[in-house]
Amino acid sequence: MEGIVKLNNRIGSKIYSMEIEQPEIANLARIGTFINLYPKTASLLLPRPFGISEISKTSITIVYEVVGKGTLEFSGYKPGDIVKMSRPLGNGFTPCYDNATHVLVSGGIGIAPLVELAKHLPGKVIAVMGFKDKSFLVGKMQSIGATTYVASDSGSEGFKGNVVELLKKENIIGDYYYGCGPKPMLKAVSEYCEQINRPIQVSMEGRMGCGYGACVGCACKVKTADGYTNKKICSDGPVFLGSEIFWE
Amino acid sequence: MIDLSVNIAGVELKNPLTTASGTFSAPDSSKFYDVNELGAIITKGVASVPWDGNPVPRIAETYGGMLNAIGLQNPGIDVFIKEELPFINNFNTKVIVNVAGRSVEEYCNVVEKLNETSVDMLEINISCPNVKQGGIGFGTDVELASMVTREVKRISKKPIIIKLTPNVTNITEIAKAVEAEGADAISLINTLLGMKIDVNSFKPILANKMGGFSGPAIKPVAVRMVYQVRRAVNVPLIGLGGIATGEDVAEFILAGADAVSIGTAALVNPVAMINIKNEFIEYMNRHNFNSLAQLKQAFQE
Ligand SMILES: Cc1cc2nc3c(=O)[nH]c(=O)nc-3n(C[C@H](O)[C@H](O)[C@H](O)COP(=O)(O)OP(=O)(O)OC[C@H]3O[C@@H](n4cnc5c(N)ncnc54)[C@H](O)[C@@H]3O)c2cc1C
Ligand SMILES: Cc1cc2nc3c(=O)[nH]c(=O)nc-3n(C[C@H](O)[C@H](O)[C@H](O)COP(=O)(O)O)c2cc1C
Ligand code: FES
Repeated sequence: MEGIVKLNNRIGSKIYSMEIEQPEIANLARIGTFINLYPKTASLLLPRPFGISEISKTSITIVYEVVGKGTLEFSGYKPGDIVKMSRPLGNGFTPCYDNATHVLVSGGIGIAPLVELAKHLPGKVIAVMGFKDKSFLVGKMQSIGATTYVASDSGSEGFKGNVVELLKKENIIGDYYYGCGPKPMLKAVSEYCEQINRPIQVSMEGRMGCGYGACVGCACKVKTADGYTNKKICSDGPVFLGSEIFWE
Repeated sequence: MIDLSVNIAGVELKNPLTTASGTFSAPDSSKFYDVNELGAIITKGVASVPWDGNPVPRIAETYGGMLNAIGLQNPGIDVFIKEELPFINNFNTKVIVNVAGRSVEEYCNVVEKLNETSVDMLEINISCPNVKQGGIGFGTDVELASMVTREVKRISKKPIIIKLTPNVTNITEIAKAVEAEGADAISLINTLLGMKIDVNSFKPILANKMGGFSGPAIKPVAVRMVYQVRRAVNVPLIGLGGIATGEDVAEFILAGADAVSIGTAALVNPVAMINIKNEFIEYMNRHNFNSLAQLKQAFQE
């Protein structure tokens, strides 16, 4: 499928926000699902997966960090350019529609898919966002009505440390938790949620081949009665319950 | 009207396009295209017992290709027959089950259980480079390749395709040996053993360190091997390795393949099978070929 770039703005040192006009994809998009973008550079074979950050009537927005050749190519796209992309893939977040306190916990670029989620949660929304150094999307989360807390590894912004330490320090207790970020962070937050006996949905990361269930490249272990079984992050996830993941 | 049909070891495929083992999932792939359009489905490798596969990361991208070290994760033949085969049987296309094993006994165990099913053919993977205890040993050694073929043929009620590894010095030697033991067809090539190192973290990208190299970058190697094997044996050949367009299909048939499989291209684009089929039909029309035999005979050296 093809989409048209509406906006592609730098919102952080290597962070970009790209809005893509594609009514069919916008219509199919669900909170926490992802799309594959196809680099035009022919030597870059595999699709690049990105979580859908915002959904509007006729467009979707992704927020991405330039980390390699593919994302470098995308960062050069101008409004009006064509993007090659897949339809929305995977199973996203299931918002709890209780008028409760929802805590969104992110690490780095993991904040991206939590933006759309925050818009749909009734009650109080608290975003606890971890960054290596500089923050992004904090203003966006505030504009949606979330109360925000920022942690950074370097201490250059907000609390110096990780998000679990920040959750504990600020004594942030919610009813429902949602997490997205690197695996070690998701593991730590899931263990914390287990201790305080709260449910958490986590959006798992992993290297993908196809992104649609055909290659079994993106395996992740899920608990069973007698151990674990392999699930596919792309088509069984990317969102799982923190309590069902067999953390290693 | 062009006739795209081809007969492989007594099994009539309506066209030469098949899915390469390990790159097709019936429930997932069928969400994107009409599987009935294919000549045959070739399933991912199935072993006698469930295999866990390798640790992640299992995938790395390389220039014009990819590396995989899935490690033949599969649910085992019993679960496959009970839970996966009924869905696969819904389609109006031929079904070829790819068989993996760590020992001759394991291959035979799977083959025996498939005798009692409706599958059309078996493809024996003697070549997967991922699994430490087996795979590579069989496919790179004339004696071992002959032994597996002989034992599997003794037990199987279905036609047997032996899938060869390219990681050998002389592919024709192995091809001749498996033909002599009664292989009904040969498919080639499996992945080339490869490796990628992240120069910024100083570590291999794949957890397994090495993996199978596939995709457009390996096509010249595959075409060369199909060409060589065509001249060494008489059994039908299924050619694969890097096919991404309709013209690539034609190239394999000119080299001597009777049918083809498409792997990596379908991982990159879920509807590649259909695009490639349409491009191939367009190619056949452009050159006024009415059958695969006409295309094959057009080869000049
Ligand atoms: C479900 C999912 C959602 C994602 N959502 C986002 C998002 O919203 N924003 C964002 O910035 N990034 C996201 N990522 C990571 C993003 O896909 C990679 O950063 C991107 O593919 C890197 O491409 P590149 O060509 O720039 O890097 P290269 O390093 O050149 O990529 C080479 C290969 O490695 C893969 N790869 C590299 N880094 C990663 C990684 N961290 N995770 C998975 N694959 C990787 C690429 O897809 C490609 O196949 C997501 C990943 C997954 C699996
Ligand atoms: C992710 C992946 C999994 C594979 N799994 C198997 C397998 O289970 N059995 C097998 O015989 N070959 C397997 N292969 C090899 C392919 O069937 C094929 O031989 C190879 O990828 C070359 O074709 P291609 O370039 O079109 O992908 C796998 C390849 C890939 C990329
Ligand atoms: S990325 Fe291929 S199965 Fe998930």
